[in-house]
Amino acid sequence: MAIDAATVRRVARLARIAEPEERLEPLAREIDGIVRWIEQLQEVDTDGVEPLTSNVHATLPMREDVVTDGGDRDKVLSNAPRSDEGFFVVPKVVE
Amino acid sequence: MSEFTGLTLKGAVDGLREKRFTSEELTRAHVEAVAAARGLNAYVLETPEKALEMARASDAKLARGQGGPLEGVPLGIKDLFCTAGVRTTAGSKILGDFVPPYESTVTANLWRDGAVMLGKLNMDEFAMGSSNETSAWGPVVNPWRGQSNMELTPGGSSGGSAAAVAADLCLGATASDTGGSIRQPAAFTGTVGIKPTYGRCSRFGMVAFASSLDQAGPIAKSVEDAAILLTSMSGHDPKDSTSIAADVPDFAGFVGKSVKGMRIGVPREYRMEGMPQEIEDLWQKGIAWLKDAGCEIVDVSLPHTKYALPAYYIVAPAEASSNLARYDGMRFGHRADGKSLTEVYENTRAEGFGSEVKRRVLIGTYVLSAGYYDAYYLKAQKVRRRIADDFDRAWETCDALLTPSTPSAAFGLGDKSADPVAMYLNDVFTVTVNLAGLPGISVPAGLDAQGLPLGLQLIGKALDEGTLFSLAGAVEQAANFRAKPDRWWS
Repeated sequence: MAIDAATVRRVARLARIAEPEERLEPLAREIDGIVRWIEQLQEVDTDGVEPLTSNVHATLPMREDVVTDGGDRDKVLSNAPRSDEGFFVVPKVVE
Repeated sequence: MSEFTGLTLKGAVDGLREKRFTSEELTRAHVEAVAAARGLNAYVLETPEKALEMARASDAKLARGQGGPLEGVPLGIKDLFCTAGVRTTAGSKILGDFVPPYESTVTANLWRDGAVMLGKLNMDEFAMGSSNETSAWGPVVNPWRGQSNMELTPGGSSGGSAAAVAADLCLGATASDTGGSIRQPAAFTGTVGIKPTYGRCSRFGMVAFASSLDQAGPIAKSVEDAAILLTSMSGHDPKDSTSIAADVPDFAGFVGKSVKGMRIGVPREYRMEGMPQEIEDLWQKGIAWLKDAGCEIVDVSLPHTKYALPAYYIVAPAEASSNLARYDGMRFGHRADGKSLTEVYENTRAEGFGSEVKRRVLIGTYVLSAGYYDAYYLKAQKVRRRIADDFDRAWETCDALLTPSTPSAAFGLGDKSADPVAMYLNDVFTVTVNLAGLPGISVPAGLDAQGLPLGLQLIGKALDEGTLFSLAGAVEQAANFRAKPDRWWS
């Protein structure tokens, strides 16, 4: 199925990337070309095949639920675009 | 000068131990070479003061007869690895002037073993690219130029790492490989690059692209150098839950070992239509070399090979769209203005990401969006299982595989940037290994008619890098690749 400008507008919104109106058509063409190429996967018989999600044949390790790190407020804030009095300063979220 | 920068890493380690020169002399020679080679755009940040300070500390240790296996050896670090107090951008504008307050485990391991940092190396933005042209810092120029004298790409995403090693701007470099980003640039620059088994190196402090595929590894001047570097970089790390708790052998001990009696699979599906005759010829040479070294050559089939790239271009963008959600302009990096919170997010990401990254985030968001998950992502993960099963079947009859590293030699800057799928096809021989989590190494094996390097790839079983180092050593010895690029840049 073809990807059109409306699909790109919806996906760009979901991805939180502002795409100007005039970019939607060219992007739709590019992405449509890639998705059509990807479609060849439908030829592969995958009935009864378990999806491979991890290459590590081990269960996730567990550890005691204790504090092992922290107390680094200034380090955490050191790259903030804006901070004040030990807090991140962000745009207003609640009207 | 070149007596220092022309050394291999092993040669430098030996020279330092025997006190034939100091790390300060060795490091200063490299600092000067880096400054003289800015036209290559391999380094995005030079750290000469830090390098000399680390070198002097190493000299003090060496003078006392102490020091680690890499004591005093100057290295370049791909800008994907977080380095405490040193700007890390992953080739993206969205990270701005991000200065990590912490160190990646891989680089911490190198410093523990005595290495010296020369600076941060250029790369495709977030490692998304095969030509280094998506970097916010501009492309790296390949030190190799063909007879046409055109500017060529060093490959990507570890283009800065490969170019720096090829041009003697460091004794070795860190790199990372999600679909071929170590092995393709190594092949394009006449250097050695290994992507180890998934989980060998900790991903802690590596800027994430596609977490189930990303793996660190070295690019080096020789197989032995790559083995020395990988030994230091590897190891279990509790800070990465996918890091493998396996012992790390001394990989250098495998280089030079006999490969007699090993069974080498030649996968027939890697004989691609339209592949240049030179690549086919080189492959045949590689087969003959290993036969001469006592290997048995076996014909094998990996029937799902052609589906690896399409599966990769679902899995990698899907994971990237999720990983890159963190770049929201709130806690670090670039923040743009906007009338609402959503607009701030949207403008921040529109300004901060380059076009290839946006394209992949959009594809990833699309394939994960409601109604499409089963058709794309789940399907790709099932095909991925098929690809891994192909390898498991191959291991019933062989110990390792021999293939070309890339379908061509280095191409011109700008040649493929208009057609994303043509660019993606560069990784056709390398990407299968990432999907299956296996180790793969590229070894320089010859020059094409243009005088450009070509590489051969060896693929091994999980955690069997040792066998790869033995085989790669045998190929290196037989190929006797000694060519270096003309030093036109300085």
